Amino acid sequence: MKWMWPIWQDPFNVFMGAWKGIGGFLYSQIFGFINAKSWNILWPALGETLYMILLTTLISYLIGMALGVLLVVTRRNGIRPLPTFNAILGAIINFLRSIPFVILLATLLDTTFCITGKMTGTVPILFPLIISAFPYVARMVEGSLLEVDGGVIEAAKAMGSTTWQIIWKVMLPEAKPSLINGAAISMTTILGYTTMASVVSGGGLGAQGVIYGLNQRKYDIMYAAAIMLVVLVQIITVLGTALSRKHDHRIR
Amino acid sequence: MSLQPLIEIRNLKKVYQVPGGEVVALDGISLRIEKGEIYGIIGMSGAGKSTLIRCMNKLDIPNDGQILIDGQDILAMNGKQLMAARRKMSMIFQQFNLLMQKTVARNVRYPLEIAGVPKNKANARVKELLKLVELESKADAYPIQLSGGQRQRVAIARALASNPEVLLCDEATSALDPMTTQSILTLLQDINKRLGITVVLITHEMAVIRQICSRVAILDGGSIAEEGTVDDVFVHTRSAAGKRLFGILPSEEDDTVLDVDALRIVFDGGKETQPIIAELVKACGVEVNILSADVKRLNGKSYGQMMIEMPKDPQICQQVIAYLTVQGLTVKEVHV
Repeated sequence: MKWMWPIWQDPFNVFMGAWKGIGGFLYSQIFGFINAKSWNILWPALGETLYMILLTTLISYLIGMALGVLLVVTRRNGIRPLPTFNAILGAIINFLRSIPFVILLATLLDTTFCITGKMTGTVPILFPLIISAFPYVARMVEGSLLEVDGGVIEAAKAMGSTTWQIIWKVMLPEAKPSLINGAAISMTTILGYTTMASVVSGGGLGAQGVIYGLNQRKYDIMYAAAIMLVVLVQIITVLGTALSRKHDHRIR
Repeated sequence: MSLQPLIEIRNLKKVYQVPGGEVVALDGISLRIEKGEIYGIIGMSGAGKSTLIRCMNKLDIPNDGQILIDGQDILAMNGKQLMAARRKMSMIFQQFNLLMQKTVARNVRYPLEIAGVPKNKANARVKELLKLVELESKADAYPIQLSGGQRQRVAIARALASNPEVLLCDEATSALDPMTTQSILTLLQDINKRLGITVVLITHEMAVIRQICSRVAILDGGSIAEEGTVDDVFVHTRSAAGKRLFGILPSEEDDTVLDVDALRIVFDGGKETQPIIAELVKACGVEVNILSADVKRLNGKSYGQMMIEMPKDPQICQQVIAYLTVQGLTVKEVHV
């Protein structure tokens, strides 16, 4: 469906325009010592990687959060037991989770074309990224919500809470630190997926590492991309842990 | 007794399915709890008391029977009616069950939030409740910063927020030390007297029942072994379960049967302990062999019981009984 294409492409163009503007400013002020050619490869690649991670995380959390809540609430001993529905949903999620991302990329090529209007590139890859990430997120959210003390949920029940009130006012706020930690872990997993974008001619740091390192033997770019990826993972993990601790009132 | 009790339970049955069979938790329980009383339910662990209180607000669903709250069968209610009924029937727990990520004030405000009470009204009510439980200064603290007793006070304030008619206490003092237990019991008694809230309390501690309950039911193996006013049940214990709970009979696990005739002296707040025995020795000229004693002092009075070996000589025995009876104590002959 060709008409879908601008919906996917336009936000990316806007983001990358702004990103390159910031890059130009930073290069003139601070990073002038870096060789211009390398800078012009790595800076946009970092932008593409960030765009892929952030958008995938956002959308897969919108879907995965809802599914994670459903998985917990409809369990046999949940607050709204629906065992058959729970079993079917669990099976679908497990099925999607068990397909390795590279295989998913290939098998979803036609569907990706249908949904985004193009088959390959940094933007169309968002679709398989989301398909791969949301079941993972659903399981992460499920795990966090299951950590909530059953006694507290019981107390909320005894106070006459509706199912919705228990989810919204008890389960999610009580699980907040764990949810934040889970989001950081999900993000690093998604970051791992994005590095496979080069398979479908996508961009990002992973793709540049493959193109320059594997194909052209330009090791400087490859190592730079690798180091940037490692630093990115570190930043996400440290920020996630700090944010989680800040929101955890069980720590004195 | 009024015509219609606040809570009436009729022939309640609850069976749990476990791998390899069934466990009968409640085997035809019937009881009446009047408005404004503090009703205690006591039993050993596994007697079904927790299941019983959890059925009262339908946290557990019984297999058979009726639970009438103000004449309304809670088991026949639809979702909305049940929610309304639960707001009139609060519960506190052994493990407090506070929202750990919310401040004390937000915890107490929760029942008001879910009932849609406007924010300014709710905040005023929260202040009032925290004052009642003497925790005004902790409004912005998180539960982790509080002691066990303080956490239970928060839970009590939270339970009172919706202006309930009944307060269900599920082993509310079992996780607390004796001092803190005292202060929580005093608070419950105060709430009962001042606000007229009916309190239903389950416990395995006789001291709790003795201190604040007006009536008690002894639960054993899923049925009621004995029921009545606390004084009556304590002094004229009839059931084996009751005798075990009060230490008149050794507990089932404890097989040290003494096989002696004994006198059970009950202290119900009237007399001091030590002088009684000392004076008994002097007055009757007998040697007193104390088999067991479980006497607690509350507000300068003695509560509890003492078991002494019965003198072999029937005449001296009569003398001893007569002496103790004159002193205003209840004495019973038992075999242990």
